Amino acid sequence: MQDSMIVRTDNLVKKYPMGRHELLALKDVSLSFAKGEFAGLVGPSGSGKTTLLNIIGSLDTPTSGSATVLGEKVETLSHRRAAALRNQHIGFIFQTFNLLQVYTAYENVEFPLLLLGMSAAERRKAVMAALDWVGLADRAKSRPAQLSGGEGQRVAIARAMVKRPELVLADEPTANLDAENSHNILHTMEDLNKRLGTTYIFSTHDQKVIEHLRRKIVLVDGQVAADERLQPEPAGRQP
Amino acid sequence: MTVLKLAWRNLLGAGIRTWLNVLVLSLSFVVIILVQGFIEGMNVQARDAVTAAEYAGGQYWHKEYDPYDPFTLVDAHGALPSAIEELVRAGDATPVLVTQGSVYSGGSMRPVLLKGVDPAQRIFTLPSGFLAPDSAELPVLIGSRMAKSTGLNQGDLVTIQWRDVNGTFDAQEARVAQVMVTTVPSIDVGQVWLPLERLRSMTAMPEQATFVTLKRGFKARPQAPGWGFHSTDDLLSDLRALVKAKAAGSSIFYVILLFLAMLAIFDTQILSLFRRRKEMGTLMALGMTRGQVIQLFTLEGALNGVLAALVGAVYGIPFLAYTAQHGLIVPKLVDSMGFAFGNRLYATYSAGLVLATTLLVLAVTAVVSFLPTRRIAKLKPTDALRGRWT
Repeated sequence: MQDSMIVRTDNLVKKYPMGRHELLALKDVSLSFAKGEFAGLVGPSGSGKTTLLNIIGSLDTPTSGSATVLGEKVETLSHRRAAALRNQHIGFIFQTFNLLQVYTAYENVEFPLLLLGMSAAERRKAVMAALDWVGLADRAKSRPAQLSGGEGQRVAIARAMVKRPELVLADEPTANLDAENSHNILHTMEDLNKRLGTTYIFSTHDQKVIEHLRRKIVLVDGQVAADERLQPEPAGRQP
Repeated sequence: MTVLKLAWRNLLGAGIRTWLNVLVLSLSFVVIILVQGFIEGMNVQARDAVTAAEYAGGQYWHKEYDPYDPFTLVDAHGALPSAIEELVRAGDATPVLVTQGSVYSGGSMRPVLLKGVDPAQRIFTLPSGFLAPDSAELPVLIGSRMAKSTGLNQGDLVTIQWRDVNGTFDAQEARVAQVMVTTVPSIDVGQVWLPLERLRSMTAMPEQATFVTLKRGFKARPQAPGWGFHSTDDLLSDLRALVKAKAAGSSIFYVILLFLAMLAIFDTQILSLFRRRKEMGTLMALGMTRGQVIQLFTLEGALNGVLAALVGAVYGIPFLAYTAQHGLIVPKLVDSMGFAFGNRLYATYSAGLVLATTLLVLAVTAVVSFLPTRRIAKLKPTDALRGRWT
């Protein structure tokens, strides 16, 4: 694997038991993602987008084949090591934001840093910077229930980005947002991708998101149907 | 430390749900300590009352004397050995002669114990001064329970019948000099107190006694052939057994209360597991291990116990202090339980009691919090994120 490749999948297969039968969610998926990419897995529901994201995020393991993320083979990781990989190097953004409801925006963003064992002063600095990136520094004390959908997703982006991960996996991040909020969110993520060099991989079937992607991978029935580069990568980040 | 901090944050963030659990649990804390405090207070109060009114510093018993076998009274009397006689003369002990008899009042004859006591004694708190003879009449002292059961009042005449040392029946009229109100049933029920010398004379048992009670705090234990020494501690063993039996019954209250509190915690934990599956998935996605998620949920439950201890302390300490200082009025009904603790019962709390109760509740809360969370060990993050169980 080239040094700049932070994710690589080889003949990835994922099957789920369905009673006496098996559902083939991914079939021989071989892909690689370079550092700094802004790529999307596109396809209809049930095409295997989320399954692939979950395997890349070490939340799930393949039935066969191999997935190498930041030099770690996902299929051989222990639960503890997989958790450490997620905690230290991967940020997640979910369709339904998945903010912790009893925490404030500040506490939600602070959460990954607590797990990393950072000092209170370092945490404060990093959290305020992350909330600033997403334009919510003044809503630090608000709870998720007090935030609009767009604000909630921006807090989720700040939470994913606060530890400056190498990789952010966003599963349908705009599915619950209106056009304006979707646009703002995507701009925020594009901006962070450019400023911090973070690799973003989306799963989406939202045209608004697809318009922002620099690379589009179409999945159909668990297989890669197309892999197109829509925009050139910024200079120095060519895969 | 991080998990503890997060658990504390979650617990406080859960708002009303947490405070309801904490309130129920704190109530368990306070009631368990209260009930135990009253049982201990009952023990202490009864022990003090019986010691003051009857056992004082211990007793020498005639070798034939068995307080649970009235038939032994025929032979359970004798002259005092010189060593005990000396204690009596020095005012460190007082003899009591016990014999069987009957009182005739209200048209019926009732068996009683006739107890002769020195009217001048100050060894135990029996108001024997009322027995000082100032006339030819035979003065007798009875307790309020005895007065109630026989219908006798102060100043009433009552016929007393007894058998002397030779087995000869005799009878005499006596006047109730005083009806004493005592918290100690064992010097009251079925007993008639007379002046010692009069009873000795009536029974033809001069210089004789059944037992001798020592002054409180008197340490010397002289040898007395034919007489056995019984320490206050030995004499209180029956009372301790009675308190223990009552305590076992009372413990049902706090077991039920503790069970209810634990049910609330268990229920909350189960609900948490079902309602917060997505949150668990998110926590794992953010980098928590399953072990850490189990720790987090267990600690959240267990910290209910810590909060309950703090909340319980806020309202419990003043309330418990009040019960220790001012006591609670004891219903008349309790008198029939055979305890001696007067109109008010004062709770007695020890550091050991508070510490043991706190540890017990915390330990039980921790176990109850942990049990449901074991399911998380099998939970797949992807299923949890979808709100499913694996």
